[in-house]
Amino acid sequence: MNELIKLSATELAAKLRAGEVTSVEAVQAHLDRIAEVDGTLNAFLHVNAKEALAVAAEVDAIRAAGGAGAEALHPLAGVPIAIKDLIVTKGQPTTAASKMLEGWMSPYDATVIEKIRAAKLPMLGKTNLDEFAMGSSTEHSAYGVTRNPWDLNRIPGGSGGGSAAAVASFEAPLALGTDTGGSIRQPGAVTGTVGVKPTYGAVSRYGAIAMASSLDQIGPVSRTVLDSAYLQELIGGHDPKDSTSLPNALEGLVAAAESGAAGDLEGLRIGVIKELTGEGYQEGVQARFNESLELLKAAGAEIVEVSCPNFKYALGAYYLIMPSEVSSNLAKFDGVRYGKRVLPEDGPMTIERVMGATRAAGFGDEVKRRIILGTYALSAGYYDAYYGSAQKVRTLIQRDFAAAFEQADVLVSPTAPTVAFELGANDNDPLAMYLNDVATIPANLAGVPGITVPGGLSENLPVGIQFLAPAYEDARLYRAGAALEALLEKQWGHSLISQAPAIDTASIAQEA
Amino acid sequence: MSAISREDVVHLAHLAHIEMSDAELDKMTGELDAIVGAIASVSEVAASDVPATSHPIPLTNVLREDTVGQTLSIEEVLLNAPDSDSDRFKVPAILDGE
Amino acid sequence: MSNYTDELVDFDTALDRYDPVLGFEVHVELNTKTKMFSDAPNAFGDEPNTNVTPVDLGLPGVLPVVNKTAVEYSILIGLALNCQIAEKCGFARKNYFYPDTPKNFQTSQYDDPIAHDGWLDIELEDGEVFRVEIERAHMEEDAGKLTHMGGAAGRIQGADYSLVDYNRAGVPLVEIVTKPIVGAGKRAPELARAYVAAIREIVKNLGVSDAKMERGNVRCDANVSLMPKDADKFGTRTETKNVNSLRAVEHAVRFEIERHAAVLDSGAKIVQETRHWHEDTRSTTSGRPKSDADDYRYFPEPDLVPIVTTAEWVEELRSRLPEPPAERRKRLKAEWGYADKEFRDVVNAGVLDEIEATVAAGASAAVARKWWMGEIARLAKAADKEIADLGVTPQTIVELNSLIEGKKINDKIARQVLEFVIAGEGTPSEIVEKRGLAVVNDDDALGKAVDEAMAAMPDVVEKIKGGKMQAIGALMGPVMKATRGQADAGRVREIVMEKLGL
Repeated sequence: MNELIKLSATELAAKLRAGEVTSVEAVQAHLDRIAEVDGTLNAFLHVNAKEALAVAAEVDAIRAAGGAGAEALHPLAGVPIAIKDLIVTKGQPTTAASKMLEGWMSPYDATVIEKIRAAKLPMLGKTNLDEFAMGSSTEHSAYGVTRNPWDLNRIPGGSGGGSAAAVASFEAPLALGTDTGGSIRQPGAVTGTVGVKPTYGAVSRYGAIAMASSLDQIGPVSRTVLDSAYLQELIGGHDPKDSTSLPNALEGLVAAAESGAAGDLEGLRIGVIKELTGEGYQEGVQARFNESLELLKAAGAEIVEVSCPNFKYALGAYYLIMPSEVSSNLAKFDGVRYGKRVLPEDGPMTIERVMGATRAAGFGDEVKRRIILGTYALSAGYYDAYYGSAQKVRTLIQRDFAAAFEQADVLVSPTAPTVAFELGANDNDPLAMYLNDVATIPANLAGVPGITVPGGLSENLPVGIQFLAPAYEDARLYRAGAALEALLEKQWGHSLISQAPAIDTASIAQEA
Repeated sequence: MSAISREDVVHLAHLAHIEMSDAELDKMTGELDAIVGAIASVSEVAASDVPATSHPIPLTNVLREDTVGQTLSIEEVLLNAPDSDSDRFKVPAILDGE
Repeated sequence: MSNYTDELVDFDTALDRYDPVLGFEVHVELNTKTKMFSDAPNAFGDEPNTNVTPVDLGLPGVLPVVNKTAVEYSILIGLALNCQIAEKCGFARKNYFYPDTPKNFQTSQYDDPIAHDGWLDIELEDGEVFRVEIERAHMEEDAGKLTHMGGAAGRIQGADYSLVDYNRAGVPLVEIVTKPIVGAGKRAPELARAYVAAIREIVKNLGVSDAKMERGNVRCDANVSLMPKDADKFGTRTETKNVNSLRAVEHAVRFEIERHAAVLDSGAKIVQETRHWHEDTRSTTSGRPKSDADDYRYFPEPDLVPIVTTAEWVEELRSRLPEPPAERRKRLKAEWGYADKEFRDVVNAGVLDEIEATVAAGASAAVARKWWMGEIARLAKAADKEIADLGVTPQTIVELNSLIEGKKINDKIARQVLEFVIAGEGTPSEIVEKRGLAVVNDDDALGKAVDEAMAAMPDVVEKIKGGKMQAIGALMGPVMKATRGQADAGRVREIVMEKLGL
């Protein structure tokens, strides 16, 4: 393995700046790694080698020329990045892992992609996900499952399993994800990586294919907390194209991560959410969580218990609000303007029937299930009982958070109740699948930010620790997250990801 | 909350414009019923005096000045069209021909 | 389609037994520079699919942003309709599939329209005023344009396929909805027309819409139901869609009243349904019945945040309101002293603005009316042009009139001068000068012409001497001929009398 790919984004950036390595070398090393392992992992749906190398060469040339041009380069310029295939990109296909958008080429870039282009991060390609981001395992991709680099027979989490697996397997130092109910944080937890769901509105959603508009948020995926801080600062900020975008950019994220890594947590109040521990959480997960709390306490943090009594309704509210918005957001996929068009096999050839046949063939089962569920929750006679009630529960959850944040500066919980489960384990039980998101969903409902950091292993599989902060206070996540990361690594003497087993490419037949 | 019937699912699939086979309708009916049963608890706590939250972060008056921006070229517009005729999208008949 | 023809009951007979209840949904396209939720141009008549951004095409990943000017125009309409302006309101999604709707939902307003509970006084032809209560005015977006191909001339029925142009998709609309209108009786069709005309006039006067019905800037859906005279409950209504001229509105309401009466008389029930208006046959046909498919699953638009209207904002907009058309008419009629019919003719001819400007420029109201309703209207008609397009300015009229009053030219010459003005030869004074058209009131020249005329017509002279003063007219022809029409007729008469010692 080329040692370049083991570097964090920040470390690689420093070497690029120092001239010890070129961006072309770094990009090529990652492309080589993708060539080596991705036939097994299937983290990437599209590899963007040519453009990535061209951007890398451009950065190298600017740096070689020196002067103002080199000075003006973004700190991450030349560091490669992978993009979840829910985010639209010019020049590369965007599929949302759905047959519906097979071959679709966006004529425009998402706002985050514009920022990445402006900062000159070479884009390695587009990563796999559950179709339209609906799932917690990446098994619902129309283009095959992605495997967990820690255990090839297990799921990498979802929906952003591709981005998490790519970062965990050293195919990319950085990736973009999207998080509607935990799609950045839960894959981060089960792959031993870092993932952040920023405050709702902190990063523009323009160009992220909408799943549930009031819950969706783009965020960073990386191997270190500091890398995520750099990436969030790059992609964040107000966007006039997104009406729900916060008016001001959140600042001080990198500084917070740096101060947290110094390890001093004196005065920080950390609230343990009573409802997100204990029953339903695997023993090993609970054990790693408790050990992390001890470390945080030893570093000066004050640990308090907080109660969020309405969190038990969060999953129910989420599975009403999310599918309702899904049913409307996905209506546009009808075979008229773009994407797949399927003609009915028999009977009259009307546009209505073509739409019905197209959507029947273009969407997978989980997508259909959520569209039908959302259609039901919004339909006449049921709106008040379902959608209306769920919006009220949302208020109650916000109130729970507000009360908890009076007692604590950040809240903490396991990110997911279990370690990665085996592929196919929940095939016939959508409800069991939904339970994976029980700890991550409250943050989406309330709009508050959350981070997952690696918290150790259970059954040789990673466990994630989640911190939550009040809206706009993403910096607190980076401080607490970087502190726990540093404390754990000091205790272990190494990073968690360095313990990931070699990927046995021979064990799984490479896909054609 | 009453159970979801197969007829309900037929109607919902029609509203959602998704054709479904008999087998799919049966399967979906069972799954939906289970899911709805599991999540219906939200109505227990939703008292009438609790306001609804539709936006997680409360913002107001995000408005745009009335200034013309960049449009797509006709090539970009029709780039991904399943069918088109000259400069317009082409769709099958809207009404049944009978 | 069947050849079934609806039974009708004679209008007057129908109204003897039933009271009509009306309701209108009028859609007004705003004339903002850009669309409701995107910065694509809002323009009519451009090449298909050129005024389109990713947002208007409903591409994956796009988000809407509200046009501030469209919100302000909507508030102006609300204020002009005497509505309450909502302190806080938001957008909602109306979900339904149709190929002219790029997202397969329309972004609209549902339970919190920006304006609500207003009224509008409608003046009918004979001056009777009828108050129409406005339920709400809300913001939404227009759909794209479908063209049906194959089959009969552009009709959806029997078409083989359709073509879609999304230029119109996302154009800002304000939908104005009335409360049920009761008590119009036999005047229902006339009221319908007058109501839509009033809305059109108001939005044009506000400058927020081009208000051209032929372009679809103002579109009307007309709801009609009948209730028996002694009933206290409304009957079942039908909604006739897209009635897109004032005349059609009147005819469609009349037709539906006659049709409803026939159905009710026969003992059958009215089906609650959409009806389509056909201008060629002046009749409606059944559209689709209201059904489950109308379950629009409205919910708050998560991609847009609420609009809060502060008192300062609303008052600033209120200060921009022009004088309401009806009040302006009342004021002008009183100021100008026109008779009822005179004023109505002026309004119908559409020259209110021109007369007002001409009076402001210094002419009397009578003179202004004489010109705009007389010679200018005649010339416009002859040239098959709109009066406003002739290029006659108020200043032209004032100048012509002062030339007449100063006895520089007579009426007949003035009309010629006007034609030269329209032909672009210059101002009236310049033309009179250049063409030598000034009236001849030089007594020597006139005296000579009178002498010649009297010498040529001794019999006429005798008649005049005998007291037949009207015979002077016979001398006028030769005198005018001798002076090329520029003689001052009054002065000629005086000279004749002087010469004959009368």
